[in-house]
Amino acid sequence: MTAASRSRPFVRVRGRSFIALVLVPEPPLDAWLDGLDAQMQRSPAYFAGKPVMADLTALAAVPELVAGLLEALAARGIRLVGIEGIEPNAVGVELPPLLTGGRTVADGIAASVPEAPPPVEPASLLLDQPVRSGQSVVFPRGDVTVVGSVGSGAEVVAGGSIHIYGTLRGRAVAGMSGNAQARIFCRRLEAELLAIDGLYRTADDIEPQLRGKPAQAWLSGDSMVVAGLD
Amino acid sequence: MAKVLVVTSGKGGVGKTTSTAALGAALAQSGRSVVVVDFDVGLRNLDLVMGAERRVVFDLINVIQGDARLSQALIRDKRIETLHLLPASQTRDKDALTQEGVNRVIGELKEKFDWVICDSPAGIEKGAMLAMHNADMAVVVTNPEISSVRDSDRIIGMLDSKTARAEKGERVEKHLLLTRYNPARAMRGEMLKVDDVLEILSIPLLGIVPESEAVLAASNVGAPVVLHAPDSAPARAYSDAAKRLQGETLPVSVPEERRGLMSKLFGRRVA
Repeated sequence: MTAASRSRPFVRVRGRSFIALVLVPEPPLDAWLDGLDAQMQRSPAYFAGKPVMADLTALAAVPELVAGLLEALAARGIRLVGIEGIEPNAVGVELPPLLTGGRTVADGIAASVPEAPPPVEPASLLLDQPVRSGQSVVFPRGDVTVVGSVGSGAEVVAGGSIHIYGTLRGRAVAGMSGNAQARIFCRRLEAELLAIDGLYRTADDIEPQLRGKPAQAWLSGDSMVVAGLD
Repeated sequence: MAKVLVVTSGKGGVGKTTSTAALGAALAQSGRSVVVVDFDVGLRNLDLVMGAERRVVFDLINVIQGDARLSQALIRDKRIETLHLLPASQTRDKDALTQEGVNRVIGELKEKFDWVICDSPAGIEKGAMLAMHNADMAVVVTNPEISSVRDSDRIIGMLDSKTARAEKGERVEKHLLLTRYNPARAMRGEMLKVDDVLEILSIPLLGIVPESEAVLAASNVGAPVVLHAPDSAPARAYSDAAKRLQGETLPVSVPEERRGLMSKLFGRRVA
């Protein structure tokens, strides 16, 4: 880096997304503008404070109408932040920038509602029935909670922690995709196998005095700790 | 409204067929019309336990394949006229059963009877799956030992996921029937306790049938135990279980060892 460039302030550019309202004008423009007026009369603040752009695909064949359209919109207080669907050079007048890469959000009025964030899928799985022998519950995205017991010969596999509000008789495999922070909790420990992030203990290696007791298991460095919860 | 009941267990030899015959007979004694259906194609036993083996002409497979009408294959019991048997085929295997065929036959039986009791084969393969598929209720027959309990747990999981009711988001009503319960061995701690079995399986208890010579004797003469030795402990246990299936609330008693004079005199070690 040169001395000159270091002396200039560094301009930080941030990304932020807004949902733009897209007008789709169609010839004949008079009729279309009448419709727009009627709509703006019903909800005058409809376009206030929102980025508005125009999809001019329908006017691509008649570029001479575009200049008039921009004036008509400006007269109604609508300033376009961009256009799409037309070749700017074909029009001859100064146009807002051509934008690409837009994605459809929702139809019409719905887009004007303050946009709800996309629903976040819960990263936990709740089962309020026992997990029976031979059943395998695999949930890589997060924690698994079982309100009931996990039978001998059943297994629960989770990306996060495992919580058993009953007797754990089968296998519990927590932190399956490399989560060493995951833990296993159960109200009564009779497990055949406990595993966290690839480290495991079989029933034979679990302290006998913990059998039948409330317990938890976690990783401490390279070894698994199993301890009572009381 | 007809009820379809499957008697199932996962494990073999725990008393499914004996229980099917006994519950069927007990329900029929109370005046309901009952059919017991043997799903153990290739290893049929229910005809023997019911004492009808010499009267089998057509069977479930013949009806499924359209070679015989249902009325030709049904065998009416000689002792209770509301009790009927639909035998399995001994010469075929479970592949002869089809989903459509089973559904059709069960549908026809539901029109004729109050209770359709399906005696499931052991295992978790096709025969057992088809036996439970149309069930409204299930009797899970379990012996108080760990291998039987774990197999029952597996079967309960399948009742909750593989049956027609489960596919519709409904539940199959499940009942635990603890059989071959030996009070002497339970006292010595050689068997799982009733409470332990209930805790593991967490389904309601329908009854506890004590291990008894009366059951073996009844099977050998080809009669359901409730008919052959109605005053025996297992017969009373099955009769009470049948009443509970029909909605009666009766307390379940855990069988206790009856100690004779000799054992009282000479202490505990007489078994």
